[in-house]
Amino acid sequence: MMAEQQVQFKVLRYKQGQASPTFQTFNLTVNEDTTVLVALQDIRRDQDPTLILRHSCHHASCGTCGMKINGQEQLSCVVKALDLGTQTVMVEPLDNLPLISDLVVDMNGFYDRYTTPEMMYLRESEFLTEADLPEGIEKWLRFENCVECGCCVSACPIAGSDAEYLGPAALAAAWRVVAEPRESNPQEALEWVDNEHGCWRCHAAFECSEVCPSDVDPAGAIMSLRGELTRRKFRRLFGRR
Amino acid sequence: MQEAGSMPDTVRPKRPLKSWFDVRHRKVGTWAFALNRLTGIGLSLYLIIHLVILSLLLQGEQGWNDFVTLVKSPFFLTLDVILLFGFLFHGLNGVRVGLVGMGIGVDNQRTLFWVLMAVGIVLLLAGAWLIFTL
Repeated sequence: MMAEQQVQFKVLRYKQGQASPTFQTFNLTVNEDTTVLVALQDIRRDQDPTLILRHSCHHASCGTCGMKINGQEQLSCVVKALDLGTQTVMVEPLDNLPLISDLVVDMNGFYDRYTTPEMMYLRESEFLTEADLPEGIEKWLRFENCVECGCCVSACPIAGSDAEYLGPAALAAAWRVVAEPRESNPQEALEWVDNEHGCWRCHAAFECSEVCPSDVDPAGAIMSLRGELTRRKFRRLFGRR
Repeated sequence: MQEAGSMPDTVRPKRPLKSWFDVRHRKVGTWAFALNRLTGIGLSLYLIIHLVILSLLLQGEQGWNDFVTLVKSPFFLTLDVILLFGFLFHGLNGVRVGLVGMGIGVDNQRTLFWVLMAVGIVLLLAGAWLIFTL
């Protein structure tokens, strides 16, 4: 018989029109396999159907259930409530992204970063008319580890103060373009990040890499972008391209 | 350039101070980031105070001597040690940020931080000893 335990879930609640968010506490019996996501779904089903949250795959692939659990950005589908070791589990939406309702933030601006013309992976693969797409797939998607959960943006202290900062995820994706250009010219991506709201805005807190659930290491990618830009600037300085 | 969201967050407007200095549940990099900002502010303030104090020289020898007597008190010597801490932390963490920014030691930035802090502690202890004994 699986051990069960009563846990308090202190969940941030917010609905449109409300002056400010509040916390609501739910008591729930969980077992050692209960993830925070399943607990929240149980709360929604049995206690409060107005609780709003995002989720999809339940196995850390889709990146939709990113949230702050006991103050740390994590994918709620792979965090077991009892493993946290606390009687009360604090659940909050991601920081640095506009709050829509309860645990749901507006990810549009986050996703928009990936669809700029400079991110040529997406541009070329989406619009290449001669591309032979596999059956049932409407367009190519980037093939990379990032699950676009937004945890890195939430944890970044700079994203909390500079609304125009491109953010760790987009910069990591830009580095993928530079590191693996696939016969394209990475210059556009480099120019896109080479400004005060791009890779130079990062102040090396490395928190994005600490919280990344897919080991993308956005901070390392940002430092690689800086290194590449510095090398190119030096080469230009000495007349080499 | 668009904001990191399709609409401004009126419910949770950006709070830079909280974002920079709320280090709860964060790892060493964020602690270093926050302390770097604090020491940076502190060193900037010190520079202003330092220039103001140097203007005491305009009041002649007696004014300066009185000031020197005052700052030799244990309280002011302790402030000197705090100032030295600020210099060392800001400078050594700056070395780490500069190195990783050039792609050096990125994968070992945590180790790099602690090695530099170990150097800083040795220098701080030596400096404190000199401040209180010379």
